[in-house]
Amino acid sequence: MAIAKSKPKRNKGQWLPYLYLLPAFLIMGVITFYPLIYQVIVSFTNFETQHLLLGLKSPELEFVGFKNYIDIFTAALPVENFNFFRVLQFNFWWALSNVLLHVPAGVLIATILNTEGLWMKRLYRALYILPVVVPPLVVAVVWTNIFDERYGAMNQLLAIIGGWFGNPDPVYIRWFEDVKPPIPGFLPGAPLTLAYYAMMIANFWLGWPFMSVVATGALQSIPKDLYEAAEIDGATSTQQFWNITVPLLRPAMIPAAVYGFTISFNLFNFVFFMTGGGPARSTELLVTFAYNLVRNLRWYGVAAAFAVIIFVVALIVFLITNRITRATQNYQEG
Amino acid sequence: MANITSENKNPIVRFFNMNTSGQTSGRNLPLWRQLLLQLVCLAILASVMLPIMYIVTMSFSSKTTRPSQLELIPKEISLVAYQQVLDRPTANPVTFPELLKNSFLLSAGVGVVALFIAVSAAYAFSRFKFRMREVLMVLVFIPLLMPAVGLSTPLYLLMNQVQVKECQDDSIAIQPFTYCDDRKGKLEFNLRDSLWGVGIAMTASALPFAVWNLKGYLDTIPKELEEAAAIDGADANQTFWQIVIPLAVPQLAVTFFLGFIGHWQEFVLTWLFLSQPEDYTLAMTLYNMTGQYANSVPWNRFAAMAVIVALPVAVVYVALQRQIVGGITSGAVKG
Repeated sequence: MAIAKSKPKRNKGQWLPYLYLLPAFLIMGVITFYPLIYQVIVSFTNFETQHLLLGLKSPELEFVGFKNYIDIFTAALPVENFNFFRVLQFNFWWALSNVLLHVPAGVLIATILNTEGLWMKRLYRALYILPVVVPPLVVAVVWTNIFDERYGAMNQLLAIIGGWFGNPDPVYIRWFEDVKPPIPGFLPGAPLTLAYYAMMIANFWLGWPFMSVVATGALQSIPKDLYEAAEIDGATSTQQFWNITVPLLRPAMIPAAVYGFTISFNLFNFVFFMTGGGPARSTELLVTFAYNLVRNLRWYGVAAAFAVIIFVVALIVFLITNRITRATQNYQEG
Repeated sequence: MANITSENKNPIVRFFNMNTSGQTSGRNLPLWRQLLLQLVCLAILASVMLPIMYIVTMSFSSKTTRPSQLELIPKEISLVAYQQVLDRPTANPVTFPELLKNSFLLSAGVGVVALFIAVSAAYAFSRFKFRMREVLMVLVFIPLLMPAVGLSTPLYLLMNQVQVKECQDDSIAIQPFTYCDDRKGKLEFNLRDSLWGVGIAMTASALPFAVWNLKGYLDTIPKELEEAAAIDGADANQTFWQIVIPLAVPQLAVTFFLGFIGHWQEFVLTWLFLSQPEDYTLAMTLYNMTGQYANSVPWNRFAAMAVIVALPVAVVYVALQRQIVGGITSGAVKG
């Protein structure tokens, strides 16, 4: 998402670039910029269902100043189990932990698939991409079934493993209802429930293939003579992996990781369909809560304030990730 | 660690051993490592296919109940679920072709409109130096930071005020410009609750990404061709249409398909805005089928619908995998 340095050419007509920009700015002005400004105004009002017809012209609409913002930050909203800073912390940890799992797994699997002379490479590469194309709702439904308390494959699998260790009891773990964190003290500000771990497993299935495709492309651009030279110098394949593959993958993987972080951070569909933010809002993301505010609670003023806050959070995330991307670009050039 | 030297002579082995990595082949892989890696690859394949096979198996079942055990191989091939879904997808009086039409028109329409507007803006940002360039670029890219859910609130509120009403005296009022005298009237059209409104909202969230993605690609096209055209006397418009656009066709296609895939599976905006069953899309219908309680879900029909929704996207994605991933990352690297 880095805004690159310009490399434009001299133009003759000063008005020409503006003409090319005109359609985009006309359209965006009406359907993006105006609504965004409107959003900021609405965020200072008590806009609710009864104001829908007349909007800001409604006679009984009140400007309430920063009340909506203060309510969100101080958890003063009449919503059960909502604490903004806990949701924020969970949201960050969710995105980070996903990327930290997906990127290494993607690189590892791409490396295996890049082994010279491996049979059926092409078939594996084609099939491994399938999770990306399954609609999020379907992924969520399948995995909710896998984590089903009575019939789910996960509990049955755990029972079998338990059997090996001499525990014949069937396993009934309530993956999506249990609110007690299985590892207490881990991420103290936002206790991670079992539902988080279930979601991590399901999202791992969904997330690594993309990273693996990116890594495959980068692996194929590494010149082979580097490995041959290393071999002559007596480097083992482990040494080759850490000293050649990993550094040369970095320029491609960092932007992919940044992209993955942003996607995970706002992963509405999957989270909404799988847990709906539950139990007790322990897996709520900023975006799922925002959706709840508009669609179910219909507090439009609060929802607008919440969207403005999300925007600020996203801006901060962008500034950080942009720095990381730029740092790696310099690495690539230098 | 014996190398299998006869490998290159057996045509079947040679087929499987075909080098698809684009690199020239070097040493042979020892058999024990080959088998070990095959085992790993097959295990990964099994984990990838497990959820997919679960859905596919369920879709070929004639029972609407959920299987009590994990079934991954169809016991029966019954097309009854597919037939039912195509026949009567929901309890509402809306046919499958109508749902398909809604989904397709929305995805393709938004994709095409966003592409055309975006490519000219991307061209301006990529090729011209002009005043306010940086400021305008930041303005276009700023909405990228706003998740679709965030932009949906004001669009919902604003578009909900655009309504066409039939008044008591048979005149037509177009809110918010004219109102009926009694401020009431029979609702004929609500922009928010229509495919047009959703299309507008989806375009709003698709545009910045399209501009960003296309600009990233245009930056990588060498300018020599355009300069040559300029020397031959082509003006900027001719250069744009006859040189830049043809060169950008691959990326235009990728940007279009990326958008299309996203819009095809779009749920947030459609579910928030639309309430009339005849406006439903395939993705909405799919969600509608899951309902609240697992026991009431017609599982085989849900699975059949899931396969139908996923299949077109899956085919396109697998076919264009390399270009699509290249498209995403080239934008990310180049910015």
